[in-house]
Amino acid sequence: MKPSYTWRVTRVALLLLFGAFFLVPLLAMLDFSTRDLGGGRSGEAWLDLVRDPDLSAAIITSLLLALLTVGGMLVLLVPTMIWVRLRVPRATRLVEFLCLLPLTIPALVIVVGMRNVYSWVNYLVSDSVLTLTFVYVVLVLPYSYRAIDAALSGIDAVTLSEAARSLGAGWFTVIGRIVVPNIWSGVLSAAFVSVALVLGEFTIASLTNYENLQVVIALLGKSEARTSVAASAAALLFASVLLMALSYVGRGRRARKENLT
Amino acid sequence: MSRRTALSPSLALLPFLVYLTIFLLVPTVTVVVGAFQEDGSFSTANIEALFSEAALRTLWNSVVLSATTAVIGAVLGALLAYLVVTAPPTSLLRRVVVSVSGVLAQFGGVTLAFAFIAMLGFSGVVTELLRSAVGVDIFGSGWLFGLPGLILVYTYFQIPLMVIVFLPALEGLRPQWREAAVNLGATTWQYWTRVAVPLLRPAFLGASLLLFANAFAAYATAAALVSQGNPIVPLLIRAALTSEVLLGRQNLAFALAFQMIVVVAVVMTAYALLVRRTSRWLR
Repeated sequence: MKPSYTWRVTRVALLLLFGAFFLVPLLAMLDFSTRDLGGGRSGEAWLDLVRDPDLSAAIITSLLLALLTVGGMLVLLVPTMIWVRLRVPRATRLVEFLCLLPLTIPALVIVVGMRNVYSWVNYLVSDSVLTLTFVYVVLVLPYSYRAIDAALSGIDAVTLSEAARSLGAGWFTVIGRIVVPNIWSGVLSAAFVSVALVLGEFTIASLTNYENLQVVIALLGKSEARTSVAASAAALLFASVLLMALSYVGRGRRARKENLT
Repeated sequence: MSRRTALSPSLALLPFLVYLTIFLLVPTVTVVVGAFQEDGSFSTANIEALFSEAALRTLWNSVVLSATTAVIGAVLGALLAYLVVTAPPTSLLRRVVVSVSGVLAQFGGVTLAFAFIAMLGFSGVVTELLRSAVGVDIFGSGWLFGLPGLILVYTYFQIPLMVIVFLPALEGLRPQWREAAVNLGATTWQYWTRVAVPLLRPAFLGASLLLFANAFAAYATAAALVSQGNPIVPLLIRAALTSEVLLGRQNLAFALAFQMIVVVAVVMTAYALLVRRTSRWLR
């Protein structure tokens, strides 16, 4: 069926309206952050991203948090999920339920309830801002779980592991050298989503009085509006690039699968 | 011996279970127990404080904000998803909309608040443009920093979330069904009202519920945007956490968080049930 002329015009008009609604605030950020007090243009606010000591410290903190969270998530989740699939399939529902639970228990609720746990963490481990990693791992769990689960469902993990075991491989070899390389794209997606989520995290850090990137951006908003808008735009841009890269990783996987069949 | 072989594979799950117990279950239980305690002993005083006039007004504001943005987001998001799904799967439009939606729906928070301040704030780009060009003061008395502003900014991340959640259901509508309906003599109107809408209804309602929960529990945008007063529940929780005594109750933060668990859990359970209905014909 060929679409009617009216429909095609309406369609383009609607798409333009949506485009305007989503683009104008983003363009406003660019315009606002490059304003000069005299009325011209200047990149001062963007230079502040590296010059302002508080801001650059916060950027480094958030990047470190992202790195640690990805590491913690991978160590905790990947072996567990593979193990459940290979050896304890009856725990599948339990692990899935626990991983998706943070969607129902919002970050705001966790932060209210975690004061006791964190007073122990601060006592036993340290009171550095980097201890936020522990709770961030929980926060990224639902999204990471979905990415890794999709990749695991795409391969026959049980057969692969039986083949490896019968050739004399130990369980560490099976997980590290047989299964993980086969679900690499899922692991990568999980890592990207986690990085984006941690870089955007505000709720928990601000309510526990730690300073990560978003907290500093919000604080700057009160004194240096242009710098905080520039930092917001930069963070958004960085997250976009990451998630855009993610969509290509996912596409590569699909393309490969189509070639196989 | 046989018992050991049955148990030992499960033991490998212990680190995962212990970790989640400490960092997810303990905080949740703390909230639930704390909601029913005051000064270390059982009390319903904090729960009763939830029904005070001020707390109820805040809850009402939150419900209005979540429901409004869920409905607007669901309708416009479904429309955008439909515009995207009618484009070829490999088209640039589709890839851009899906990627951008992913970023805006998940990243959100403080960033979006500042985007709108840069656009519509007192010295915002659009505000100044309208002020100098038409002489209209769109900033008014600062509506951006109150409930109306929150509705606008929340809509900005609800539409992309709807696109992400609803797109799979729209993609699941097979062209063969339309062809079959047309073959049997159905008009376009009949196809939509008798076939497509009934099929999509559970997915649409489910997605709307997800949007509601998403808005109800959102904190960052509101915290960055609203500086005066605590018009919605998440901000009241902030006030209860940072100033020890609010409405005369020390454990009020626990009670408010408990209220949030209840609301979100009810909504998400309904969502899960509706998704199960959709998955019967999807794929």
